[in-house]
Amino acid sequence: MSLSREQIAMRVAQEFGDGHYINLGIGIPTLAANYVADDIEVMLQSENGLLGMGPYPTEEQVDADMINAGKETVTAATGASIFNSAESFAMIRGGHVDLTVLGAFEVDCFGNIASWMIPGKLIKGMGGAMDLVAGAQNIIVTMTHADKHGHSKLLAQCTLPLTGVNCIDKIITDLAVLEVKDGAFHLVERAPGVSVDEIQSKTAGKLVVSENVPEMMF
Amino acid sequence: MAGFNKVVDSYEAAMVGLKDNMTVIAGGFGLCGIPEGLIAQIKKMNTKGLTVVSNNCGVDGFGLGLLLEEKQIKKMVSSYVGENALFEQQLLNGELEVELTPQGTLAEKMRAGGAGIPAFYTATGFGTPVGEGKEARKFNGRDYILEESITGDFAIVKAYKADRYGNCIYRHTAQNFNPMAATAGKITVLEVEEIVEPGELSPSEIHTPGIYVDRIIVGKFEKRIERKILSSDSNQ
Repeated sequence: MSLSREQIAMRVAQEFGDGHYINLGIGIPTLAANYVADDIEVMLQSENGLLGMGPYPTEEQVDADMINAGKETVTAATGASIFNSAESFAMIRGGHVDLTVLGAFEVDCFGNIASWMIPGKLIKGMGGAMDLVAGAQNIIVTMTHADKHGHSKLLAQCTLPLTGVNCIDKIITDLAVLEVKDGAFHLVERAPGVSVDEIQSKTAGKLVVSENVPEMMF
Repeated sequence: MAGFNKVVDSYEAAMVGLKDNMTVIAGGFGLCGIPEGLIAQIKKMNTKGLTVVSNNCGVDGFGLGLLLEEKQIKKMVSSYVGENALFEQQLLNGELEVELTPQGTLAEKMRAGGAGIPAFYTATGFGTPVGEGKEARKFNGRDYILEESITGDFAIVKAYKADRYGNCIYRHTAQNFNPMAATAGKITVLEVEEIVEPGELSPSEIHTPGIYVDRIIVGKFEKRIERKILSSDSNQ
C-alpha cells in the first residue's frame, strides 16, 4: 500500500535528529512537525523570520503579527527568536539550518529539483525555495512517486525549470525512501507491502536496488 | 525647525514627493507587517507606472493589491505573488510586469542596497531561470551568480513603536522585510502603531536606528489575517 500524507510525514519525522534546526516547507513537510519523537528536541525555522515555531494558536492566542512562512497564524515555542528576513536567509544561505524538507514536481538522479514553475501555467513564484535548496546542509524532498496520471516524478533529468542543481540528498515518497548519489537513485526502504518491482516501474531515472530492501518501520 | 522631529500629521505629508514611475520598496510578508495607511495613500494619490519591490503583492482589495485596481503598478519585484486574482489577470494581459526573485535574494538586495553594496554573489538560483543572463563565478569550487542590489525612491515601512527620531522596533514576525526596506529608500516613511517619548525605547532594543528614517506617521491598522489556523484545526 502506498503511504498516506500522514504516513509520509511520520517517516519524514524519523529523519529529525536531536538538536537539529529544521525548515519544513508547506504541505506534507509541515505535517511532520506533528510526529517529532518524544525523546528529541528540534527547532523549526520559518523563513519569514521565526526560529522556534510552536503549535497553531488557540483562539485567544491568535495574533496577526505572528505568522509562519505559509502565512498561517502560529505561536512561538519556548526558546524562540524572531528576526528580519535578511537575517533569516543569512542562517539559511550560510548553511546553519541542519535539515530542509520540501515538496517538488520533479527530482532527477543528479539531485536537481524542479518545484516552482510549470511553463504555460501561472507562475506564482519561488518564495524561499531556491534559497533553501542552495543553503541547507541536508535536503529531503517529499512527494508522491508518480503524478496522478502515473508518470514518474523521479527522472533521469528534470524537464521543468529548476529550483536548484545537485542539491537533493534524499527523497521520501508514498512508495519509498531513496538516496541520491553518483548519478542514481538508491532504494533504501520501501513502503509496507510495496514491491521493488512497483517502485522500479514508477522510477524513470536510474535506480540502484540492493539485495534486500527493508520495509519502512513506523 | 523640525530638528529630529520626523513625525508628520497627515498621510499627504507622509507621501509628498511620490511621483509617477518611481520605485517604492514596501515592507511586509503577506499581509503581516504592511504599511496599510501608506499604501492607501498611494492609492488615493493615483500615482502611476510604479515599480513596487515587496515580497508579495497583497490580496484582492487589501494591501498592495489595492494598487492594482487602478493599474498603478507597472512592475512588481517579488518572491511570491500567488494570492491575488487581479494580479494574475493583469499579468496575463501584459499590463503588469513581474520580476520573480528568490526570497532571500530579495531581502539581501534590499539590505545591500541600503548598505551601499551594489551587488553580491549568491549560490541561490544558479543553474535555474533566475541565474540566466547573470554573471556566474566559482568560489572554493562552488558556483555563484551576481545579483544587483535594490534601492528605492521611497521605502514604506510598518513598525510597532517609534520615537520622533525614527528609532523604532517591530513586533513579532511583522518585522520581516521592514528593517531592510527602511534602509533602502531615498525617502523612508515609517507608519507606526504608537509614538513613544525619546528614551522610552532602550537604545539597545532599537531594530532600526532613526538615521534611516525621514518621516513618521501614526497609523490605524486593520491587521487582516490571511490564514487563521487554530490548534483545534490541526488536531483533526
